[in-house]
Amino acid sequence: MEFCGGHTVTIFRYGIRQVLPRTIAMVSGPGCPICVTANADLDKAIALSQIPGVIIATFGDMLKVPGSHTSLQRVKANGADVRTVYSTMDALKIAEADSNKSVVFLGIGFETTAPTIAASVLQAEEKEIGNYYVLSLHKLCPPVIQAILDSGEVKLGGLICPGHVSAIIGSHPWEFIARDYGIPCVVSGFEPLDILQCVDMLVAQIENGESRVEIAYRRGVRPEGNQQALKLMEQVFEPCPARWRGMGEVPDSGLKLRQEYQRFDAELAFDITLSPAYEPVGCICGDILRGVKTPLDCQLFGKTCTPQYPVGPCMVSSEGACSAYYLYGEGFGG
Amino acid sequence: MCLAIPAVIKLIEDREAEVELGGIARRVSLWLTPEAKVGDYVLVHTGYAINILDQEEAKETLRLLREIAEVAEEEG
Repeated sequence: MEFCGGHTVTIFRYGIRQVLPRTIAMVSGPGCPICVTANADLDKAIALSQIPGVIIATFGDMLKVPGSHTSLQRVKANGADVRTVYSTMDALKIAEADSNKSVVFLGIGFETTAPTIAASVLQAEEKEIGNYYVLSLHKLCPPVIQAILDSGEVKLGGLICPGHVSAIIGSHPWEFIARDYGIPCVVSGFEPLDILQCVDMLVAQIENGESRVEIAYRRGVRPEGNQQALKLMEQVFEPCPARWRGMGEVPDSGLKLRQEYQRFDAELAFDITLSPAYEPVGCICGDILRGVKTPLDCQLFGKTCTPQYPVGPCMVSSEGACSAYYLYGEGFGG
Repeated sequence: MCLAIPAVIKLIEDREAEVELGGIARRVSLWLTPEAKVGDYVLVHTGYAINILDQEEAKETLRLLREIAEVAEEEG
């Protein structure tokens, strides 16, 4: 399984499934933060956008994702102040420029992104920016892999570990998978040859009857990760249960602001009332994210669900499995 | 979403750096990589340098990748 949506895109874009022997089947994992954000959480972001005086600042990928009833793009078209930013630094600038408004940054992302959001909270504190808030919907990768393995729904021969998540957390947090589940793990880069090298290393481990964690992406990943980034992340956030699309609540797989930084917590600062969340009828994104089904198993795929009119998040995100299948071709025996 | 792009640091001012990204100069934050120096290659993710690239490892990986590509061409 390749955990990361970035790897999924490389595998499809360069036809890696076609060049691999038929004995190797690639399974796409849940490594797309947009795809795994539960509708109930997306509904919170949309509800916040309806509060007068609130500016929603978000990475652009989130705009088109349909929540239970609407999307950020649609509420923006109807007049809500939703702004796409490249970085949390841009969101801070918006807050500084307009102190009468409240800026809520949508904290969506894995361990790669969470330290940048922690840094933005610390910068807001340092500069005494009182109108900057974070809706913390971060997700942590190792706990969800554990949940997938414990479910027993998919049997994996090897795991391609995410490269840029590992740039932050290092390779040690993956060791329990090799040790406790006997699954070889290799941290990979994002070039097509990086993936092939990684598959080669996984096959070598399987042939030798080994299961350990190796780093193929050594130019970007050190075993200990980025200690400064981890320090900031731990200073600002603490683990909490999180809802994953298709997987439900997974213990310790999310991040919430620590008590010292709760004044930045958008959920505490604003009163949000939500109607019950629901999933689109027929959408199997949840099963696809667990690696149990492929987009080809979905009745909506390529018919009512396309990149232009996406029904589920795996079609919206450029790193979603459905989007990759749609853009680069289907199946290829994988 | 975890996309990160390598870029070289041209100058450093306080906790920000100017990097060259595909021929374009851009400001990035060094909050996560305070030890970065001018000339270092860093991985840039959402405006932050999230790691300093190991140049020796990068060269070794490039050599390995070239070797794989050559083998593929010979077999091609």
